[in-house]
Amino acid sequence: MGEVWTLAEYRHEKLSTVSFELLNRGKSLSQKLNVPLASVILGSNIKKEDVQELIERGADKVYVVDDKNFKNFLVEPYANVLMELLNEYKPDIFIAAATTTGRTLMPYVAVRIKTGLTADCTVLEIEEGTGNLLQTRPAIGGNILATIKTPNTRPQMATVRPHSMKPSLPDRNRKGEVIYKNYDESLFKAKSKYLRFIKDESQQVTVQDAKVIVAGGRGLGKEENFKIIGELAELLGGAVGASRDVVDRGWITYPHQIGLSGKTVSPALYIAAGISGAVQHIAGMQTSENIIAVNKDPDAQIFHLANLGIVGDLNEVLPLLIKRIKEYKAKEASKNVQ
Amino acid sequence: MKIIVPIKQVPETSNVKMNPETGTMVREGVESIINPLDLYAIETAIKLKEKFGGKVTVISMGPEKALEAIKEAIAMGCDDGVLLSDRKFAGSDTWATSYVIANGIKGMGDFDLVICGERATDGDTAQVGPGIASFLDLPLSTFTSEILTLGDGRIRVKRLVEGGYEELEMTLPAALTVVKEISDPRLPTLRGKLKAKKMEIPVLGPQNIDVKEENLGLNGSPTRVVKIFTPKVTREGEKIFVKDEKTLNEAVDKIMDFLIKKEFI
Repeated sequence: MGEVWTLAEYRHEKLSTVSFELLNRGKSLSQKLNVPLASVILGSNIKKEDVQELIERGADKVYVVDDKNFKNFLVEPYANVLMELLNEYKPDIFIAAATTTGRTLMPYVAVRIKTGLTADCTVLEIEEGTGNLLQTRPAIGGNILATIKTPNTRPQMATVRPHSMKPSLPDRNRKGEVIYKNYDESLFKAKSKYLRFIKDESQQVTVQDAKVIVAGGRGLGKEENFKIIGELAELLGGAVGASRDVVDRGWITYPHQIGLSGKTVSPALYIAAGISGAVQHIAGMQTSENIIAVNKDPDAQIFHLANLGIVGDLNEVLPLLIKRIKEYKAKEASKNVQ
Repeated sequence: MKIIVPIKQVPETSNVKMNPETGTMVREGVESIINPLDLYAIETAIKLKEKFGGKVTVISMGPEKALEAIKEAIAMGCDDGVLLSDRKFAGSDTWATSYVIANGIKGMGDFDLVICGERATDGDTAQVGPGIASFLDLPLSTFTSEILTLGDGRIRVKRLVEGGYEELEMTLPAALTVVKEISDPRLPTLRGKLKAKKMEIPVLGPQNIDVKEENLGLNGSPTRVVKIFTPKVTREGEKIFVKDEKTLNEAVDKIMDFLIKKEFI
């Protein structure tokens, strides 16, 4: 039986933490199958420490393709090289994160090598007896869960949502094998060219990457009140989300929109402030691990999903909450000093 | 400029019934619409046609009922459409769907752009757009939020990624999947509706396009649905009513307890 592979994402010359989350997922699968766990890393100027960190965090092997053409992600050369690797080493399972890169590269590759790909999985496990990968994912706006398998073709490919698992912890003594590969220039040819990256300051923490999301809706009353959403998000190390309503009103930009026509997210904590919970919004966030809702309307749909619901004015509740968190943090900090 | 827009007809409501045996959707008795995210692709294509001239063709795979979706796209301003429909296509996963649509597009001759919605609101995979691009060996920009320039056989686009935007240049023909930010879909016009009503939409089966039987439908699909189940989503935890200063403090205490207990602070 082949290895279990994870795609380590190298972006802007940095290894992203989602790579370690994938190793954590991959570990339970490789242990169950009793096969090596390997990471594939495609990039340019890949640092030795980063490769070593993949090993420390669980990879038994790391396949490295370091090429100047891999400075930025373009689907065609990435797919070409990945297919070479997959054809040579024939892993049994190959998982990537459901990031913009994973969601582009994985279907492009799966089509070429004719194998199954399951998007946005929340649970991955091994089927007793067959050793097949059982992939569970939400569909239809999270209204159903489907378990899917790829019985006859290999590798079995899946993407998993970022933050659906904790990153694996490093073990500085772990040893592994590093395999450097080089490929012919022809594989890097592309009909597309990367021009530039434009940073969006308002997306310092992006909603898909965030462990915590504080989202605001019409209940905020006015645009200025988004400031308290931002402040609370920052205190919790999270991202700012929004309902479609307020994006359409221009209170905040589209990258923050959660829901059917925006982003689908599943953070560890989702705080919905002044969001009633229209079906379209719920479809984008109902797989969040914990939900706190603050809304004036006691009958708001969002309360059905909330672990904790506060029926009240968010413009009273949130400022007090912010004050309390600050006090708590100050107290904890002084404890640590002592 | 010849633009092809693959679209999908999806159930209107989010309360959809599933057939547990096939793992496919029960479509009977459910109102159907164009996948809402495909409307942005349709609008983008029509806008490009208005600016550069040319033709927009919609293509869909699905039951005969999906002719309604194609006609609606034509009523919005697309020029014509093709439906890929046959019992042999039934039960297709994203691989087999991309395969049939890509080969349907191949049969239509030269084109400049394939523009898809980001994903369909029912299956939610976002795999068919990139899959079509891969089968057709096209350069691809996913999550496209703006078309910057188009001309001299090239297109420059902006795409939404983690933490910002990327700009790409691609040679034509190329494929895009687009996000809501790219356009504001128009409504069908009365004139468009009349035109669509009169138009005969070709319905093609496996015999009309260049496909291999073993790649079609459930048999051609690498994935299998093992089971479908409904998640327990109703958590309906504690609800606290804020009525005055005292209850406000109690409510915030509760949130603090929650945040501390779950280690969010």
